[in-house]
Amino acid sequence: MRFSMIQGLILAIASLGPIGAMAGSYDLVIDEQIVNITGKDKKAMTINGQFPGPTLHFREGEDVTINVTNRLDVDSSLHWHGLLLPYQMDGVPGLSFDGIKPGETFSYQFPVKQSGTYWYHSHSGFQEQEGVFGPIVIEAAKREPFKVDREYVVMLSDWSDETGEQIFSNLKAQSDYYNYSQQTVGDFFDDVKASGWGAAFKDRLSWGSMRMMPTDIADVSGYSFLMNGKAPQSNWTALFEKGERIRLRFINGSAMSYFDVRIPGLEMTLVQSDGNNVQPVTVDEFRIAVAETYDVIVRPREDKAFTILAESVARTGYARGTLAPREGMAAEVPELRERPLLTMSDMSMASMGGMDHSNMAGMEGMDHSNMAGMADMKGMDHSNMAGMADMKGMDHSKMPGMENMEGMDHSKMAGMAGMEGMDHSKMMMGASSANSDYAPGSGLAPEAANGGKFLVYADLKAQVPFANYREPDREIELRLTGNMERYFWSINGIKYSDAEPVHLKLGERVRIKFINDTMMMHPMHLHGMWMQLDKGNGRFNPLKHTVNVAPNTTLTVDVPVDALGQWAFHCHLMYHMAAGMFRKVIVEEAVVETAAQ
Amino acid sequence: MTAKKTACASALLLGATLALSVSPLASAEMKDDAIMTKFMLDRFEVRHQDGDDLLSWEAQINTRTDYQGLAFKTSGERLRNGPTESAEYQLLYQRLVSEFFDAQFGIRYDNQPGPSRTYAVAGLQGLAPYWFEVDANLFLSDQGDASARIEAEYDLLLTQRLVLQPAAEITVAFSDDEEIGVGSGLSKAEIGVRLRYEISRKLAPYVGINWEKSFGDTADFARAEGEDTEVGSVVIGVSAWF
Repeated sequence: MRFSMIQGLILAIASLGPIGAMAGSYDLVIDEQIVNITGKDKKAMTINGQFPGPTLHFREGEDVTINVTNRLDVDSSLHWHGLLLPYQMDGVPGLSFDGIKPGETFSYQFPVKQSGTYWYHSHSGFQEQEGVFGPIVIEAAKREPFKVDREYVVMLSDWSDETGEQIFSNLKAQSDYYNYSQQTVGDFFDDVKASGWGAAFKDRLSWGSMRMMPTDIADVSGYSFLMNGKAPQSNWTALFEKGERIRLRFINGSAMSYFDVRIPGLEMTLVQSDGNNVQPVTVDEFRIAVAETYDVIVRPREDKAFTILAESVARTGYARGTLAPREGMAAEVPELRERPLLTMSDMSMASMGGMDHSNMAGMEGMDHSNMAGMADMKGMDHSNMAGMADMKGMDHSKMPGMENMEGMDHSKMAGMAGMEGMDHSKMMMGASSANSDYAPGSGLAPEAANGGKFLVYADLKAQVPFANYREPDREIELRLTGNMERYFWSINGIKYSDAEPVHLKLGERVRIKFINDTMMMHPMHLHGMWMQLDKGNGRFNPLKHTVNVAPNTTLTVDVPVDALGQWAFHCHLMYHMAAGMFRKVIVEEAVVETAAQ
Repeated sequence: MTAKKTACASALLLGATLALSVSPLASAEMKDDAIMTKFMLDRFEVRHQDGDDLLSWEAQINTRTDYQGLAFKTSGERLRNGPTESAEYQLLYQRLVSEFFDAQFGIRYDNQPGPSRTYAVAGLQGLAPYWFEVDANLFLSDQGDASARIEAEYDLLLTQRLVLQPAAEITVAFSDDEEIGVGSGLSKAEIGVRLRYEISRKLAPYVGINWEKSFGDTADFARAEGEDTEVGSVVIGVSAWF
């Protein structure tokens, strides 16, 4: 009798064990099948027969095993985007492991150490573009600091009738292949009508001198934008009862497309970014960079339908769904807003192609963050630069390289002549919108459709201060660079295949200073470790896995280096990554210096 | 004969491509140093002019990484009922030397009626400021005669698909090569305007006009041969790449 009691106790303890360290097991099969998303049959890659892949529900604290079987005829992989895990489980072929060969199964096993909204995707070839991606929702171990009645994942993606290989080779062969919004002779005469011959001509000359296009917002067009795998006409619908709090977990799983997201008629209370809780901030609209996630809470108080609208930033289309009290309802879908045009403010000094860079050795030390409008060019006629108020406050003493610029041969700076043609009126308008994430006067800075609050990065303040917040031990400068015309992308002017890895030491805190020398936005993603986005909120700076770096701006993040191994660090625009905007990061044990004597 | 030369050049190009492709496979997952091949049929047109119609072509094959590789260029003219008036082939090594330009070095072989010529070539090809596509070359022939040629094109978008393209080509000789009818000085100029419709980026039929004139001694040599020194034509053709 007594024996059986002990036995029972042992059994009870044994059964408690798995609760302490829960173990979830998941089987995923990557395959190909014909899908019809836009009314046209096309081969897609699927996970467990679904497009996008199924939502994986993990619980914080559990040990998960995910058996991934590859039924494609090429190598595949799955990467758990934003998850903190042993690097061998990170799913990047060539860095974490060898990839999953056709017909083989790889078992990912790792403890889940966090909670929130994340996603997963293939890190092989262009498979993510073709369907190998899905959401991850991790239930928090502790009670969350907000209450909701229901929740939905809203996964945004871009879908092309072409394969990733085709798109990439087209971009390589002709970088403006997909830009069917180029400025025409007709646009020129419209500009003449609006601002006169002189201004219109100067504008064309200034862009022409750089061989750049103000219409170059996104590299790829022809996409259909999907919400949870559904085209706008299929109207993905999320049900609610009026008065309920609904959590929407937005994930941008696109290959190339940023979105501006709004729900006309509803305010959104943003509570989480990249899986981490932030102090609630109420916005009318937000921009979601490729690979970012944002969780918002909405509370419709009326028994009617609301449109969830995600316009692509280049305004080539939108993903759309509906929040509705009943199936089959729809609200008005607003017209696409006007396509943005880049301005001269989006051009960094370095991207001004007309300049002879060989003469610019001394410019290395220049702080581009202070150079919003390039007023520091000594040879320029400052009297023409009415719109450049921000430059007045520039601290030239911080620009050690500037002395050398006086020695620069301005006659060789063909591109600079075009600066006189800057559209100052646009610059002033842009500056008044004062979006701190974009260069003053940038044509890309968004404004809320209803004139209300548009989220900026500075609004993101961590819910709890970061425990290990301190001054960084050192700084690494990463210039985001590229050759638009030939379509290759790089960091510090060097493509992945030619670059040395970035070496970090375990335990150090490294400041990474991104300087965007290109005219495009880049969503920079670090695997395996957080980036603490520095927007001046100190220890409340939020932790993110992906940060958007706008053209001609500098963005700093601090990385608490806390994970050994080899990690990928790259632009999450798929074709930029493929074209070389990628680095391997190696984290090693800090060598403890022993006393010499 | 022409076909044979082309095949010969293609074989050379292929061989060199294979040699280039022996690059480390360290970044097998990344495509950022892949070799790309692009065939560009810039012009393939019939020129309707006084006398016999003329078939004219200009094409280029690039096989390269982002930074370097090979280029094969060919251009020429053939009368509708023969013979081939001129045919030019170039095989060049090219290397990216600035954001927008490649330097090119190699050989050119001209197979025309009369004596053929082989040249050493040095040039620059790329996109100049204000969107001019430029191909500028210096040639030194096996006879020791130097010459230079610059071609420029500009795309004026009437709509997203309807494009008006003015183009100009100027040839200057630094010495006489009477055997092939070239006189020292500005020897030849060609100006054309073509209106193309891009059915896709890769295929665009066009119509246009073209005007060619020879100057100075070159014109004198042409007159002596009983040839025109100035030819205007209406052209219809197609451009494509893949």
